Amino acid sequence: MSNTVFGLTMLVVGMGGTLATLFLITLAIHALAALFPVRPEETEDRK
Amino acid sequence: MSGAILEALAALLAGVRFLFEHGGPNVIMIAVAGVMLWLAIGKGVEPLLLLPIAFGCLLVNLPLSEVMAQGGVLKTLYDFGIGNELFPLLIFVGIGSMTDFSPLLANPKLLLFGAAGQLGIFITLLLALALGFSREEAVSVAAIGACDGPTVIFVSNMFAGLGKIPTAMVGALAVAAYSYMALVPIIQPPIMRLLTTRKEREVKMPSPKGKVSKAALISFPVIVTAITGIIAPQGLPLMGMIMLGNFMKVSGVVPRLANAAENEIANIATLFLGLAIGGTMAGPQFLTRETLMVFGLGLIAIILDTVGGIFLGKIWYLLSGGKVNPLVGAAGISAYPMAARLVQSEGQRWNKHNFLLMHAMGANTGGQIGSVMAAAIMLSLLKGLGVI
Repeated sequence: MSNTVFGLTMLVVGMGGTLATLFLITLAIHALAALFPVRPEETEDRK
Repeated sequence: MSGAILEALAALLAGVRFLFEHGGPNVIMIAVAGVMLWLAIGKGVEPLLLLPIAFGCLLVNLPLSEVMAQGGVLKTLYDFGIGNELFPLLIFVGIGSMTDFSPLLANPKLLLFGAAGQLGIFITLLLALALGFSREEAVSVAAIGACDGPTVIFVSNMFAGLGKIPTAMVGALAVAAYSYMALVPIIQPPIMRLLTTRKEREVKMPSPKGKVSKAALISFPVIVTAITGIIAPQGLPLMGMIMLGNFMKVSGVVPRLANAAENEIANIATLFLGLAIGGTMAGPQFLTRETLMVFGLGLIAIILDTVGGIFLGKIWYLLSGGKVNPLVGAAGISAYPMAARLVQSEGQRWNKHNFLLMHAMGANTGGQIGSVMAAAIMLSLLKGLGVI
């Protein structure tokens, strides 16, 4: 494999892999939010 | 008798003789150490790292110094904590303990800025290959784009341990990485202004409402560790340690361990790591054409990271009908919380009623995860391609 092919492979698969993995984590965070819902902040001036 | 006295005096003056005969590179590196000390003390530039690195550099470049010889103090520190990659990982436990992922969990889409902010890594890899660096050297140089000193040291030292890159290059890479992290406030604002319009910079983003539940905060580091382990196992030590530090903090049941990770452990590891890295900066090995190229490529990597984040921000601005401020994208790098604070101050510069901090913090913690993930994926790809 030439250095150019190696570099392009790393660019496409590396950047794509990073993006895809972070997208997967985003989905996991959404699932966490659904499982453990965000609770509204309690306001101090609530009467 | 007089002969013995003269011989003894000559031994005492051997260092001076060495300086005059072969000491050119050492003198230059002592001056470099002086500049680093001035930056750390006089200008407050990353003093925690630059000060011990500079002192290590001074120690190793004094004439006839044996601190990096077998059994020398810096060589012992190097073998104990850099050669086996322990110190960067200990620092990562501390970083994890200092990081608050709740802005990211409140707005998970911000994590994608953390991916765009790694563009510089991969483009720089191509550039380094084109400039004649070996594959392992190119990956190490590209890692500066992670904007994250421990990651750079972890990756480059792995190759140095395999004899694929010179040990002196680890020092150059570490100094470049930490220097550019410190220079983020100078590097980023002109790029932010160049790539965005005034209208885009003035976009107000409402603060996220509500708090993230404790169960989500506790689950998050475990999930990220598991995903990294499955997809990019070569980077598991990096991600595992940062998430361990965070897990200890958010669990709330081991405050002593979390405090130790954040303070004593991180401080001791930082001191030893800095000294040992400084020890790799011996003049004759450090002053090469490659070192200059490392610094040049490192700067390009950080600029491209910022460009990648802002371009994703601009795309998001268009898709959202002008509701996302593209400046937030510039925070998608690992320099935490410096990049987020920069976005906040730049946003307020153009609109005094703009509070981008929470969004920028989310993107910034996304950048931390993104940089480690990018390094992890690179290492796993190299393993898969048979390079390591």
